[in-house]
Parts: sequence; C-alpha cells; structure tokens
Amino acid sequence: MIFKKQKNNSSYITTKESRRISALNRRLTRKLEKKRAAASSNPASYTTTMHDSNNVVEFDNVCTWFFSDVGVVKAVDGVSFNVPKRSTVGIVGESGCGKSVTSLSLMQLLQRPQGQTVGGEIRFNLGDGKAFNIVNTPNSEMMKIRGNKMSMIFQEPMTSLNPVFRCGDQIDEIISLHNPKMSKEEVKARTIEMLNLVGIANSSGVYMMYPHELSGGMRQRVMIAMALACTPELIIADEPTTALDVTIQAQILELLKDLKEKVNTSIMLITHDLGVIANMADYVVVMYAGRVIEKGTAEDIFHNPSHPYTIGLMRSKPVVGKKVTELYNIPGSVPNPVNMPDYCYFRDRCEMCVEKCNGKYPPEIKLSETHIVSCWRFEQEGQILDYPKSVNLEDL
Amino acid sequence: MNDNNILEQQNKQEYLLEVKNLVKYFPIKSSFFRRTIGNVRAVDNVSFKIKRGQTMSIVGESGCGKSTVGRTILRLLEKTSGEVLFNGQNIFSLSKKELRKLRPKVQIVFQDPYSSLSPRIPVGEIIGEAVREHNIVPPAEYDDYVSRIMRACGLQEYHKSRYPHEFSGGQRQRICIARALALNPDFIVCDEPVSALDVSIQAQIINLLKQLQRDFGLTYLFISHDLSVVEHISDTVGVMYLGTMVEYAETAELYSNPLHPYTKALFSAIPIPDPDVKMNRIILNGSLPSPANPPKGCKFHTRCEFCMEICSYTPPEYAEIAPGHYCACHLYNDEQRQAKAEETMAHAKAEEKKNGKK
Repeated sequence: MIFKKQKNNSSYITTKESRRISALNRRLTRKLEKKRAAASSNPASYTTTMHDSNNVVEFDNVCTWFFSDVGVVKAVDGVSFNVPKRSTVGIVGESGCGKSVTSLSLMQLLQRPQGQTVGGEIRFNLGDGKAFNIVNTPNSEMMKIRGNKMSMIFQEPMTSLNPVFRCGDQIDEIISLHNPKMSKEEVKARTIEMLNLVGIANSSGVYMMYPHELSGGMRQRVMIAMALACTPELIIADEPTTALDVTIQAQILELLKDLKEKVNTSIMLITHDLGVIANMADYVVVMYAGRVIEKGTAEDIFHNPSHPYTIGLMRSKPVVGKKVTELYNIPGSVPNPVNMPDYCYFRDRCEMCVEKCNGKYPPEIKLSETHIVSCWRFEQEGQILDYPKSVNLEDL
Repeated sequence: MNDNNILEQQNKQEYLLEVKNLVKYFPIKSSFFRRTIGNVRAVDNVSFKIKRGQTMSIVGESGCGKSTVGRTILRLLEKTSGEVLFNGQNIFSLSKKELRKLRPKVQIVFQDPYSSLSPRIPVGEIIGEAVREHNIVPPAEYDDYVSRIMRACGLQEYHKSRYPHEFSGGQRQRICIARALALNPDFIVCDEPVSALDVSIQAQIINLLKQLQRDFGLTYLFISHDLSVVEHISDTVGVMYLGTMVEYAETAELYSNPLHPYTKALFSAIPIPDPDVKMNRIILNGSLPSPANPPKGCKFHTRCEFCMEICSYTPPEYAEIAPGHYCACHLYNDEQRQAKAEETMAHAKAEEKKNGKK
C-alpha cells in the first residue's frame, strides 16, 4: 500500500502531458532565444533612458519565467520597483517568492534557455543619461557591467569562493579584468587596499591564504571585498548573513553600512530576516509568490504594515522582550507556482478577505507618497495605480 | 533511611537529565604515525540539569560545542570524561543491550531536514521503521499508530507513500519530528530545528514543538543560535562559549539581567525588527579562537571589553551569583573566589618567569 503511487497527487503528470509540456517548452524557448539574439545585436533596442535619473535600477513589470518539465513556473511575474542612488533597498519574502530570481534577472545570470525574462524592462543607469535595458543587453556588454558597475555578494561564503585559488588571486582577477591597463603590482596593491577596507587586519596574509583557511565571517569579508573591488554603483547582497552567527552578522552588517557611506553605492539587500531589514534598509519591498505585494520606506512597512501577509510575517517572528504564548502562523502554504490563480495569490491564506478578493488580482494602491500596497482592502482609502502587467503565454 | 529514599526518588523525578562535568575532546592525529598530537576541546567541563517537562536551550556561536553536547548526551558520541544521568541512570555505564532499551526514550531532531531524511525510503517507513524495530506497538496496530503520530505532527495520512523530496522544508522538519515522536520518547534533543526554515514556517514548527510538549509531556534540549526563538520556547537557557558554559539562568532572568560580557554582546547583536530602535551593539572584535588551542585563563578574554589582568591567567569559576543564576566571570567574584583566583594568577606568573629565564 505504501508503494502505490497516488494519481490525485497534485504534482502527478501523465507521460502524454509531460511530452506535450516539453514540446511546448522547446518551441517557446527557441522562439524567445531568437528574439533575444535579434534584439541584442541592435544597440538601439537595448539602450534606453531612465525614467528618473536618481535611480540606479528601475524594475518595470519584469516577468521571469522558467520553462520547466512540469509547466511554466512564473517565478517573477510583473515586478516593479526602483533602487534610488545611495540607498539600501531590502527585499523580504519566503523562499521561493522570487526575490533571488529578481536579482539574477538583473545580473543576467539566469540559467538559459529554461529561465527567460519574457517581459518588462530592467533599466540600469550608466550615468550621463544613458541606460541599458538589461533584458536585451548582449553578453559582451554585460561582461563589462557585471562586477564593475554592479556586483553580487552570495549567500554562502563557503561555496562561492573557489577553493583551489588563493583569496588574493580571486580578487586580483576581477580588478585586472576590468582595468586591463593596470600593472600587476598596482592590482595587488588595490586588492590589499580592498581587504583592509573590509576590516581584515592581516590583509597581506589573507591575500596568500586559501578560502578554507578562513572562518565564515572572514570569507564573507573576502566576498564583500571582491564585490567592492571595482567600486560598483550597485551591490546585490543575497542573504549575506544567513549562514553566519549573530555576533558575526552584527559585524558584517555594520561593515556594509560603513562601506555604503565610504564607497557611495546602493545596496539591494535580499533576506528573510525582518530584523536585518529594519536595521539596514531605507526602502523595503515585500514579495509574495513572484509579485510585489507591498513597498515603501522602512517606517511605512514596519510601523504601518498593511498587506495581510506583511502583518502575518511580522507577527510570526518572535521578538526578544515581547512575550506571547503562541506565535502567529500564517495558515496554509504558498500556491503551486505552475498554476497560479487569477485572484489574489494570498486569498486562500488570508484572514482579512473582502468580497472583492474573489475577483481580479488587486492593483497597486497608493496609501501615501511612498507607501504602495496590493490589497483590495484599501480600495477606498488609496489611489489606484496600475495592475501588475504579466505576459500571456499564448502571445509568446 | 526510608525518608532518604523517598527524597531521592522525588529528586529523580524532578530532574530528568543531569549532566555533570561533561568533557569531550576530539583528538587531532598526526598524518604519519596516527599519533595524537593535540585535542580539539569541543566540550570542556559542562554541567547542567533539566527538569522534567521543561525546555532548556543552549545558545552560542557555531563551533562553540553546543551540538557536541547534544550528541554526547545521546551517546551518539562517546564522552572523554564526566557523567550524564538520565532518570538517575548513568548512560555511559550502560551495556549495548541496556542502551538499546534506552534509545527510544531519548531522540533527536536534526538541523537540516534536507539531509537527515533518506531519499529512498517513503515517509511512512521513515517514521515507522523504528517503531517496528523497538516493538512500540503490537504489529496489528502499527498502521494506525503511524497515522496517529503523523496527524499529531500536522501531516496527512496519504503522505505515507510519498518520498522526502516531494515535501517542502517545513514539512520535512515535521517528518523528522514525527520520526522522533513515534518512539514515545521522554526527552528530545532539538539541534537547531528551525534555523534552516523561513520565518512563517519557523513559527509553525515552534508552535508544533510546544503543542507536543504539552500533549506528550516531553522534555527538550533546544540547541539554537537564534536568541529570539530561544526566548520564546525555553524555560532555562545556557550560554556556551568555546566549549564551556559561561552563563546559565532561567529565561526571564537571563534576558532581563545578562551578567557575562559575552552574553551581553550576544544579546546586543540581535536585530530588532523596528527601524526606529537605535541599536547599541557591542561589536565583538575578531572571531572565535580555535578550540584546539584555547586562550589561557578565561577563554573569552581575547575579545572581552572588560578584560582585566587576572582574566588572562586564571579561568573564572562557574559559580552561582544570584539564586539560580550561574556565571563564569571574574567581574562577579566574591572575596573568596577573588583571593583564590589571585593566588592562581601569582602562581602562573611565577611559573612564566621561571620558564622565561630558562
């Protein structure tokens, strides 16, 4: 009885169905790749202008889909937000809500051809009124931007450093790649300067060490030094402290704050720890199931959380000094990403539903100058802006 | 005599687990002759007691030996010295047969639900395997029993035939908890059960653990580095640093009145989800010293902001400073302890001089 496969299981697909899906995927991805190749060979199609020149990045209805074997997974579906210059934008959400995919789309590090940004624009500010639409930018241009204009700090410092090269060599590589005119000595001096900047006391010693000789906190510092090496305009920090201890986390967060002032960059901080966000971020974007459900300044989000999901998230985190007998937990789980419903994705888990929730997906509603929420409960109170724009699968 | 016996029995009932001076060293072998050339002092003289039906938490940085304590208590690792009394019975003196009888009574939930479940065994079998092995229920009731346990942990009966990869992280952790619970244990070691999970799932698992504690009268040893979770779940808390317990008290007492400088630093580093709260962080410099070569004297003196001369010579005594509040720090020495510590320091200094002259 134990070994009997159950057919009513939601993840079960027949062979016929599976064949149909892979044929469709092949057809669509081939078409998308062709379209992309055409667009990226023509500079006119990927140079644009920023809507607001004070932003480093503007996400405009970005849709990043994965054409997987069980169907199309809409990992990011109509996400829009801006990262202003010299500020920290925190992105919060559960795992699988699309926060990492958003950042990978920005870096163009998606696993193609399965992963495709099928719609929307990501505008990256290059200064002098010029901007690139990252979605169509060719790889040759991306290589000049990646690591130079924007760089990324990954979640696990243990696995993202190469174990067979010395730490110093790994940082050298980035600097010499983006500054081909620099001599070897200059590059090394710059690397050691970077290591000093991130608070490594024994910088010339660490320069010669292999990653396994360093502790987790030190490795993360090396990662940060690497990300900062070319003074990028934007640093994407993808859960930079999740793998670290509280005390080391405090050190690293303090360091990031410091460096932001010194190097004048913007930070896109991706995390699921609300405490970290509250400490670091100027603006907060809350994501749920591939869509932005609430965004605003840190004060807006933490003092006046409006979307039921944000409220639930705040209540489910135990806070030191606040005694509760039972933690609140959001009932149910995230809907299946292959068959997203038409109505609000959070409806089935929501305890504050109104009648309108059964209808269309809610639009963005402006509560104040900075605070935007996607929930029907505020239909009367705020000003209705756009609906999140997705792409029809049939139109591809 | 008779009275004594009754007293002893009461005492037995009050404390389910007693750990006395537990020491666990991992030998470092030289590559050539496999000679022992040193020890990693993972756990160095740790003592505590857990009352029946209560939760004790151990907090500390990674590498401080908290997981090793949990595993040595279950005899998954052999001790170097010390005693662990479970229900008044020293588990290190048990024979293999007796240990087998004890095993269902003490269980563990591991940190990473992705690697602690066999990918080739369906969930019903994962939970039920040990039940059959230990004859917890008669074979006729086996199926019902497993279903009942699964329901208690928030799993559905039809999940039995599924494999672990079909579940999300939170549900896998439920499976791990069900596996531990199925043997009808008295005591469960929870080794960072929620640190790999999302915030909203964390809340579910913590609530589940608390619910099960109420329903089944379980005793937990909760190992974690998330201080806000620890405050929520535990009755008493022990803080570990580099293999030693530096502070131990009831949760409310410890959180309102931390004594040891390390505990203070640890608490000040907790991020509070409120942008207006200006954090007064005590940033610890440097990182954890190597447990293979711990600093002399107080192990924390290399990073401590209140470090005195005495700290680098004499290890502080782990003493009861207020009723029920233990702390190992020279800052809270009374006259007697101070005198003793100074004597040891003088001795150590003299020794150092002698060695220096040679």
